[in-house]
Amino acid sequence: MAEGLLSLDDLAVHFKVGNALGGGIKTLKAVDGVTLDVKPGECLGLVGESGCGKSTLALAIMGLLPPTRGTIGIDGQQISGSTPPDRMKMARTVQMVFQDPYASLNPRQTVRRTLADPLRLHGVTDKAEVEARVIDMMAKVGLRPEQADRYPHEFSGGQRQRIGIARALILKPKLVLCDEPVSALDVSIRAQIINLLLELKDEMGLAYIMISHDLGVVEHVSDRVAVMYLGRIVEQGGWQEIFENPRHPYTRALIAAIPDPFHRAAIGANAKARGEIASALNPPPGCHFNPRCPLKADVCTAEYPAFGEVSPGHRAACHFRDRVG
Amino acid sequence: MTTTPLLKVENLRIALDGDGVTYDAVENVSFEIGRGEAFGLVGESGCGKSITALSVMGLLRRPLSLAGGKIVLDGQEIQNVSAAEMRRLRGKRIAMIFQEPMTALNPLSPVGRQIAEMFVLHQGANWTEAMDRAEDALRQVRVPSPERRIKDYPHQLSGGMRQRVMIAIALACGPDLLVADEPTTALDVTVQAEIIDLMAELCAAKGTAVLMISHDLGLVANMCKRVAVMYAGRIVESQVADAIFAAPTHPYTQGLIDSLPRLGERAKRGRQKLREISGVVPSIANYPPGCRFNPRCPAVTDLCRSVVPEATPLPAEGLVRCHHHG
Repeated sequence: MAEGLLSLDDLAVHFKVGNALGGGIKTLKAVDGVTLDVKPGECLGLVGESGCGKSTLALAIMGLLPPTRGTIGIDGQQISGSTPPDRMKMARTVQMVFQDPYASLNPRQTVRRTLADPLRLHGVTDKAEVEARVIDMMAKVGLRPEQADRYPHEFSGGQRQRIGIARALILKPKLVLCDEPVSALDVSIRAQIINLLLELKDEMGLAYIMISHDLGVVEHVSDRVAVMYLGRIVEQGGWQEIFENPRHPYTRALIAAIPDPFHRAAIGANAKARGEIASALNPPPGCHFNPRCPLKADVCTAEYPAFGEVSPGHRAACHFRDRVG
Repeated sequence: MTTTPLLKVENLRIALDGDGVTYDAVENVSFEIGRGEAFGLVGESGCGKSITALSVMGLLRRPLSLAGGKIVLDGQEIQNVSAAEMRRLRGKRIAMIFQEPMTALNPLSPVGRQIAEMFVLHQGANWTEAMDRAEDALRQVRVPSPERRIKDYPHQLSGGMRQRVMIAIALACGPDLLVADEPTTALDVTVQAEIIDLMAELCAAKGTAVLMISHDLGLVANMCKRVAVMYAGRIVESQVADAIFAAPTHPYTQGLIDSLPRLGERAKRGRQKLREISGVVPSIANYPPGCRFNPRCPAVTDLCRSVVPEATPLPAEGLVRCHHHG
């Protein structure tokens, strides 16, 4: 076992969908063989489009979905299909910040209650200590103590996301999963939340998994980046490697799709992908990306490419990883 | 510009009726779009960009209403024309694409029929002929196997395909102006790039002008020649798209551009703290007096808190609404 905080080994989460009467039962491979690790204090950016399995992966890491195959090792705990997680211990290790701060806070609970409940559940019973930790946490995320007795509807979107962050951090977890933490916010508010997340990471020594489709944000915050497509990691590497020397055509297509006037000519228009992500119920044979790929060849429909090394720490699942670019 | 613009919006005011109180949701908005030109209107949610688009389409409904100003399409004032006349214009001269194609399409009608309807209503075609033309229209927006797809219902298509159908409907009668309200916000990034390219290409080929509404300054700047930035119901700055990135003049525009992490920046300069715009977007019931950006502005003075800044011309091309410029 390495010194990693989180290590996923060939993790798969499959769902049975449909029913026996109509059309038969099919298997949806939402996550299919993901191997990944996150070290303490590190930020891993996880990129991919809707339907690629990022949220399922996040829920599995949270211990909310049992793995169909493979294991999740998290801070010494091993989770697999047959060994369910110890929920209380998990809650002290890994927490989540959700995308929509309007939907993820209990509208009937004050900020104080939202932040104090987890402390009490985890054995902090001394009233003064609970109070002190709630106020301290609020100050850390930029909320004033007198706002503690307000309800979520009294706050703006940015402030609600601050409450969501405070709730995630109140138990001092080691790993925080941030699922599109700024995409529901007004554009002029996003910088505040990104800066806050980075400050808290340094201050509390947190590790993040930053799930986002906004590559500008991912590049800004990540130490390493993993790109996901139809349930699998197709490319993984240091942030600079991924953005300056992307080797998977899908990564290149994502970068080429960014409408940034300053970056217009960095990657040619021919890197763009055609069509749309296939259904995870019926992924294309061979490399899942082949119907959209500008480099498609016969080998791409015949076999799934190995997740081979480009340079130390940089891997890409493409038959042409040494030729792309 | 010496020729008459295709669309001229002058001192547009849109009122929002609250319980007994009337708010100005949009105030003094003026802009022009030339024939075949792509023009972008950018702003955050609640700034009034979408209702500006709706007013151009004659689609404002209670509690919103037009409270003043002119909308001139090709020399004709259209803000007060009858509902019947407006129906004739919509679809034929001006057409619109909405953000969420699933809610904009009729779920109970095959998509081919929804496209063909345009030819029947506006061009007097019969249904057989119209269905053939609908198939062509689907081919033009690059829907694969259009002969089969025309029989599909919207729920059988993916998000990107539905938005292609919306584009086919909007461009069916070769309108002079296409209003696109966040046309790709509901789509994945790689699909967004494709749809934008398709829209730009078809509009260029047909000479259709575009009024593009979005919160994404980068997206708009890529597609449009000129851009106007709205904040709290007013246009605060309008400029040539490239210039607005190179030299934004209004503190709000500057803040927006500086606050977004930009690809490639970290490699060049290392990780810098993002510049924040302090505070929040004001709600319509609490618009501050004077310049509406003043509570969030780093350069605020007493003048900004009391007097509404006029739109002043910039040295090159464009306008800015700020006391510190012009």
